[in-house]
Amino acid sequence: MSTAVSSATAASTVAVFKRSRGHWANVAARILRNPTAMVAALLVLGLLFMALVAPWLMPQDPFATSMFTRLKPIGTVGHLLGTDELGRDLLSRLILGSRLSLFMGITPVLLAFVIGSGIGILAGYAGGFINTIVMRTIDVLYAFPSVLLAIALSGALGAGIVNALTSLTIVFIPQIARIAESVTTQVRRSDYVDAARASGAGAFTIVRAHVLGNVLGPIFVYSTSLISVSMILASGLSFLGLGVKPPEPEWGLMLNTLRTAIYSQPWVAALPGLFIFVTSISFNMLSDGLRSAMEVKQ
Amino acid sequence: MMALSDKQDDKRDIGGPRQPLLQVRNLLKHFPLKGQGLPFSGNKSAVRAVDGINFDILKGETLGVVGESGCGKSTTARVLMQLIHQDSGELVFDGETVGSRALPLRQFRRQTQMVFQDSYSSLNPRMTIEDSIAFAPIVHGLSSRTAITRARDLLARVGLQPERFAGRYPHELSGGQRQRVNIARALALEPRLVILDEAVSALDKSVEAQVLNLLLDLKQEFGLTYLFISHDLNVVRFISDRVLVMYLGQVVEIGSADQVFDQPKHPYTRALLQSMPSMDPLQRTEVAPLAGDPPNPINPPSGCRFHTRCAYVQAPCSQQAPVFASAASGHGVACLRYEANSGVSQDAAALLETNHG
Repeated sequence: MSTAVSSATAASTVAVFKRSRGHWANVAARILRNPTAMVAALLVLGLLFMALVAPWLMPQDPFATSMFTRLKPIGTVGHLLGTDELGRDLLSRLILGSRLSLFMGITPVLLAFVIGSGIGILAGYAGGFINTIVMRTIDVLYAFPSVLLAIALSGALGAGIVNALTSLTIVFIPQIARIAESVTTQVRRSDYVDAARASGAGAFTIVRAHVLGNVLGPIFVYSTSLISVSMILASGLSFLGLGVKPPEPEWGLMLNTLRTAIYSQPWVAALPGLFIFVTSISFNMLSDGLRSAMEVKQ
Repeated sequence: MMALSDKQDDKRDIGGPRQPLLQVRNLLKHFPLKGQGLPFSGNKSAVRAVDGINFDILKGETLGVVGESGCGKSTTARVLMQLIHQDSGELVFDGETVGSRALPLRQFRRQTQMVFQDSYSSLNPRMTIEDSIAFAPIVHGLSSRTAITRARDLLARVGLQPERFAGRYPHELSGGQRQRVNIARALALEPRLVILDEAVSALDKSVEAQVLNLLLDLKQEFGLTYLFISHDLNVVRFISDRVLVMYLGQVVEIGSADQVFDQPKHPYTRALLQSMPSMDPLQRTEVAPLAGDPPNPINPPSGCRFHTRCAYVQAPCSQQAPVFASAASGHGVACLRYEANSGVSQDAAALLETNHG
């Protein structure tokens, strides 16, 4: 935002003018005082770090199969978390799997955040007829249960990572667009938007200067809560054979292939599920923390 | 950058001092009701918020607008500001029709600004005070550095030290301080007409007085014209040169503040004035001068809209709508009792004069 930047430079040239701590600085300060959110944030950071340096963290080759070391229990020497049905080291696969799993969790939400916010803000700010057309179209998609829609779309598009990403993005766009629309409609009716219109500013300028700053926060918080859903849906698609293809390690796919071992090695078979659970709950806790840090009435 | 003060010879003044700054002609704004009547029947009901009003705002005056809640005061303000568009009627600003080629909307908005009632919701919570004030000038092409300088200058003029307040956010200010910021923002475009829609109504009495005095000072300093909307009759009397009384979307009386307050003509104005609490216990009002709520603006009463509550109602009042007529003194009223040959006896009017005059 050019105004904010220029005024910041103006303020720095005149040292007497003190600038108050901005909204985001306040949010950051509040979230730092929230222990649950901080634990979740550390877990998320840890997972992201794990995904980033996965090749150097893996103790074994995650693709090396061995018929002699199939389905070893947790704690086996050389295979800390046991092995899967093809004798591959499960710890290595879990570490490398974090890459695809997080990618499948975050990317669709990110894409849907951009597209859905755009659609929602447009509909919310335009109002009237445009709003009706856009939102009723969105409602058609929204009417399908998200799991069903994701499966139907990837089923129609065919298996593969890109198709799974596309179908998940399409699943999340209506949800984010609806939130964006309702928040924008609220902001649109506020007096400061009226004042900006009265000043002769065009719609684009008003959206950029007055609407975005007030709506992106809530939309972002809602979107972060979708990351866990996205991960679970992506895992579900992989489980059904619609997402990631073997032998690529991905937590949902691993859960699928290990389910046959649930009676012989239940703990090993449950591990990918545990990772999915921890990751999604961390993202949810973080998003809850963000929400409460932003909702403080000032 | 134009000088902030000394607007005595305003180059933008086209028609000279006698030309009204804003002429409102047959302004009409109805809000259609959703879900009423059959679709496409063409017979939809509507809230007749502003139902054909006419008035002038003279250069340099403060025109007060009074009326009960729901009488269309705020809708009028929003239409004047062109935040909502009128269904019919026109606004003529200094001789030029608003929205015409001679005066496009953007140029009109530069010369007309508005201060809203809710000081908090009219400021963007994510913007510092100075950014809020500087926004409009930047939109109109001022460099942001100049605009910020002007914003700080204006903050000082409305009585807020720029060093302390410029970098703050709205929630860090009190209601009175925020309303000062809103006034500064309205002045940032150097407007000629400022619409004050209940601008002081939400403030404490002591703060209200300070802001009113500030408004009077600023008017003097910048050569402003005010449209001052309020339900507080004392405040309107204090600040206004002329007063306009609205009832159910129509103008019922216009006159100088003294005329309207000392010799009210319309029975509604009389009732409104009598409903003002008096400081003198001996002047206590025993019977409410105006009973009940105003009628529904969706189906306003026939004839004179006030006849359902009027103490002086006569038979023709429910049939015949009064025509607004202005006397030579500039005191205008829309009441059948002041119309010749209306069938309503003048005696009652004369009686009223002796009772209240």
